[in-house]
Amino acid sequence: MLTTPIEEDVVGTSLWKDAWRRLRKNRLAIIGMVIVTIVIVASIVGPPIIRLLTGYTYDSIPNDSALIKSFPPFTAPDGTFSWAHPMGTDIAGRDILARVLLGGRISLMVGIISTLVSLVIGITFGATAGYLGGKVDEVMMRIVDVLYAIPYMMVVIVLLAFFGGQSPLGQLFLLFAALGAVSWLTMARIVRGQVISLKNQEFILAARATGVSTWKIIARHLVPNTLGPVIVYATLTIPSVMLLEAFLSFLGLGVQAPLASWGSLAADGIQNIAIFPWQLLCPGVTMAITLFSLNFVGDGLRDALDPQMRKS
Amino acid sequence: MKNLRTYFDEDARVVKAVDGVSFDVHRGETLGIVGESGSGKSVTNLSIMRLIPSPPGRIAGGEVIFDGRNLLALAAEEMRRLRGRRIAMVFQDPMTSLNPFMRVSRQLMEVTRLHLGHSKAEAYEHAVGMLEMVGIPDARKRADGYPHEFSGGMRQRVMIAMALSCKPELLIADEPTTALDVTIQAQILELIKKLKQETGTSEILITHDLGVVAGTTNRVVVMYAGKVFESATTTELFAHPGNPYTKGLLQSVPDPTSDEQKELYQIPGLPPDVANLGPGCPFAPRCYRAEPICKEQFPPFVELTPAHHSLCHFADEVYKGAS
Repeated sequence: MLTTPIEEDVVGTSLWKDAWRRLRKNRLAIIGMVIVTIVIVASIVGPPIIRLLTGYTYDSIPNDSALIKSFPPFTAPDGTFSWAHPMGTDIAGRDILARVLLGGRISLMVGIISTLVSLVIGITFGATAGYLGGKVDEVMMRIVDVLYAIPYMMVVIVLLAFFGGQSPLGQLFLLFAALGAVSWLTMARIVRGQVISLKNQEFILAARATGVSTWKIIARHLVPNTLGPVIVYATLTIPSVMLLEAFLSFLGLGVQAPLASWGSLAADGIQNIAIFPWQLLCPGVTMAITLFSLNFVGDGLRDALDPQMRKS
Repeated sequence: MKNLRTYFDEDARVVKAVDGVSFDVHRGETLGIVGESGSGKSVTNLSIMRLIPSPPGRIAGGEVIFDGRNLLALAAEEMRRLRGRRIAMVFQDPMTSLNPFMRVSRQLMEVTRLHLGHSKAEAYEHAVGMLEMVGIPDARKRADGYPHEFSGGMRQRVMIAMALSCKPELLIADEPTTALDVTIQAQILELIKKLKQETGTSEILITHDLGVVAGTTNRVVVMYAGKVFESATTTELFAHPGNPYTKGLLQSVPDPTSDEQKELYQIPGLPPDVANLGPGCPFAPRCYRAEPICKEQFPPFVELTPAHHSLCHFADEVYKGAS
């Protein structure tokens, strides 16, 4: 009989816990996570707090026509120091901080939701192609190749130009769908590659030998095992989608006024860059810091989830 | 099982991994399948389970009769319900046979929830019970661990627990001990034997270790190049081998009791490429007994005694020479 001495409380240390321990040692990733968290919290609770404290909202234009002009940060209408507008006001006298926070809300939402859309499509498509293999795989991956060959920016622009422009909210949903629809391709390839390398492992054969059905094997045995690379890729997709959104909004195709995203704020700001530089700098710098942080988090996760790669 | 043939299409050629294999397993019996690497042992059993990767593999002919029904003719869905429920399998490498991302308990629960319709709680209790039965100490606590927290021997125990949790009628063990060290090997074999007696399961034990065969099986099938070369009861096979190949295998087992410093016998040459076999006996180029006829004519499957058959032109002679 096997009589291994066993410690009192054997708790399953999952692979995730190991990864988390490695991630904690990565200072850049932790700083990135802190900043991202601050930005997310600020953009969620920020606008209502500003409204409570000062009464400003992202689209409140002052009634007094003397105030409808650009004030620099921390400046009261009489030129003295003031906490009223920490980021100044824009041409219409709106509080830029409130607008940047709302823009952050929308930018992050676009980033996260579009990434989720691409995750769902990409994982389903890639796992199916990889597991079924053969002709099915061939056809499915050729579809991906064809879609890759079409310039995605064009697709998005055409989609937005065609269906867009009804209501600001409708435009927003269209943006989610359009960005998600173009960013799932790489995800599908990653998942397919993972699934192919996994499906010849014995535990998949063992699962089949116990009579588990194909879809349950994909959902329960294959997809969880691909999660590492998928999470890493997803965290890197969020900033790239956000950048794409900013680009589209900058061109005027994305978020429509009175809603704002960091891209559309930057587009507004650039018109007066020589006179009122803070109107571009405030949203621009906020976006840059957030994207940097997201990328650091993604890199950190990759190192944590794939320790072999880091050593090489 | 009758005349099973499994071919693999490989570009322009056909690899006849299993070519006309027939044997039967009786209730409660243990059948051993021995042979060198690449002799078609594993493919035979994957064919029984219909788990041959296809393409390139295909089952070209034959039938597998299980409890009166031909498994090869069943609908895929019916076959799936049979797997794990009535025919279960234990694989060679316990290190890769468990999903590294799933708790052991959940993997065990998957089987019974699927086939016995257990609720979560029932399945969990059943899983813990099975782990206790296969001798995992402190089973209740260990059940929620992940596979990497188990040693090789423990994982193979888990695999056995999984295979037996629906009390299957046939257990196929594909080299269950090859990846384990010797002390664990003995424990695992002993465990399978004990559980088999308790549950009345029939077993097909695939191995290339003749020691394992001698200790655990009732009857033996010797395979070479995708064909059955000899089949006999275990005692008969070891005492009176009726085939030069079997003799060669038996001679190449070291005898720990002899002090002689003589070199260990080995069968010369390598197993043939089953994609292009000549008309003759596939073993002829390596056989000490080979004569011109062996290269030209395929040997007959000679009946030596009602329970002892051998594929050789000189089966009688070899059989008598051994006794």
